[in-house]
Amino acid sequence: MSAVLSIADLVVRFGAGAAAAVDGVSLELRRGEFFGLVGESGCGKSTLANAVMGLLPPFASVSGSVRVNGREVVGLSDAELRSMRGAEAAMIFQDASASLDPTWSVGDQIAEALRAHRLGARDAKARALALMTEVGIADPARRYHDPPHRLSGGMRQRIVIAAALANNPTLLIADEPTTALDVTIQAQVLQLIDKLRREHGTTVMLITHDLGVVSQVCDRVGVMYGGRLLELAAAVDLFAHPVHPYTRALIAANPAAAPRGARLPVIPAEWSVESLEAAERLSGASAWEDVRL
Amino acid sequence: MSELLRVEGLQKRFSSGALPWRRHHVIALDDVSISVDRGRTLGLVGESGSGKSTLGRCILGLIRPDDGAILFDGADALRLEGRALVDFRRRVQPVFQDPYGSLDPRWPIGRSVRESLDCFRIGTPADRNRRVLDLLARVGLDRKLVDRLPASLSGGQRQRVGIAAALASEPELIIADEPVSALDMSVQAQILNLFMDLQQDLGVASLFITHDLGVVQHVSDRVAVMRHGALVEIGDTDRVMRQPAHAYTQALIAAVPRSR
Repeated sequence: MSAVLSIADLVVRFGAGAAAAVDGVSLELRRGEFFGLVGESGCGKSTLANAVMGLLPPFASVSGSVRVNGREVVGLSDAELRSMRGAEAAMIFQDASASLDPTWSVGDQIAEALRAHRLGARDAKARALALMTEVGIADPARRYHDPPHRLSGGMRQRIVIAAALANNPTLLIADEPTTALDVTIQAQVLQLIDKLRREHGTTVMLITHDLGVVSQVCDRVGVMYGGRLLELAAAVDLFAHPVHPYTRALIAANPAAAPRGARLPVIPAEWSVESLEAAERLSGASAWEDVRL
Repeated sequence: MSELLRVEGLQKRFSSGALPWRRHHVIALDDVSISVDRGRTLGLVGESGSGKSTLGRCILGLIRPDDGAILFDGADALRLEGRALVDFRRRVQPVFQDPYGSLDPRWPIGRSVRESLDCFRIGTPADRNRRVLDLLARVGLDRKLVDRLPASLSGGQRQRVGIAAALASEPELIIADEPVSALDMSVQAQILNLFMDLQQDLGVASLFITHDLGVVQHVSDRVAVMRHGALVEIGDTDRVMRQPAHAYTQALIAAVPRSR
């Protein structure tokens, strides 16, 4: 079966001469796969996701190829990207309240995603209500008209998931979707994403810094560092036999896994995020600062 | 083991809304009692809104509780005045989550660390700069960074500065509120190691507030679990993690993602 997402030799730079935020990444995701992309701040995992969705700022230079369902994304026009987003690939972010318009009812925001892909107003509302039920919102008919601030953080993330999945995309990219949530709510939201993936055959790319989350839900894992994909393995193998020294250090640095009171193994200086940040500062033009527009 | 801090029956209610008939009340602390022994670490866990930060802030004297008692080294911390209050503040120091927020962005880090020495008149003025350098070395920072502004440091380095500033007054108790939550895994491990070293070398007691059970079980001798403002369980770390008595603690432990 053909790959849902296929990335070949992708390089992303923010400005000419800047360090590559994504540095020659190649990756293929199969249909219905739950893929985890892990790494620390600044490793390029979110930039990679934004490149797939065509969300990079105009000054970013992109080379290589990103194909979603066989169609090249790099170089698409804004209109073509808009028709691709939602219908073929959708993305959810860490902060659900930033994704939602505070002055709109949550139901209308799900319906908007449907109407953007040419569904009539009445049908859109009916489907939005069905989606709210599907993502586990009790009494959707009453909740439909609530503004986002009436809902809890976990509920808001459910609304965002409903809007993302409204048009049955084949690929869902979730960028730290549970980082802002409490652990008990985090577990519920991850279960929901996994349930929807199984029911709809959606391919999920979960971007996270949390190795525990990845080991629990993902089939396959990619580890990123300094813009490069260091290691790509089945989740079971990655945790049992990490090959790359950075992956090994990252797993060992987890305090939950270490005996109490023992010194935690520290990631060697040349692999530490701090040395990466220091290098950025020395080179002057920081790729990461440019991204925050 | 002698007791350093004892909190008894602490109550705190927050009110919101300007109009009396539209006012909401939130019970942030509901009859909370904990104790911390000298040189030991009590981990305080709970989800957002459980009241764990309010408890830390009450102990620091940043929030005044409605009812209850805070005994520090036998003295009632809520009734301290004058020199005794200054001395209490010297002996109990905070470390916060966000090192961006707790350091003055316009001050070189050396000045931020020195402030507490000046404030509590520790050492002679001439001696203080040397102490600042010692403190930086103590938390694993290069002395050359003393003139840097916080903006030119990484997140982990900034948190080290925050810890150095807290240690400057030679406290006996550190209230650390989510000190590693904003840090990456590789940096988090370094800061946790630093905390454990300081406890061993200096014998500082700490109240370690976090939402992360993995962190808590690693650094604390005892754990307290809070929910909706109330203490649901307190006990030795091994006991609480292996045989949680309360259903909420069990749910919390079960929800932590673990390697398969």
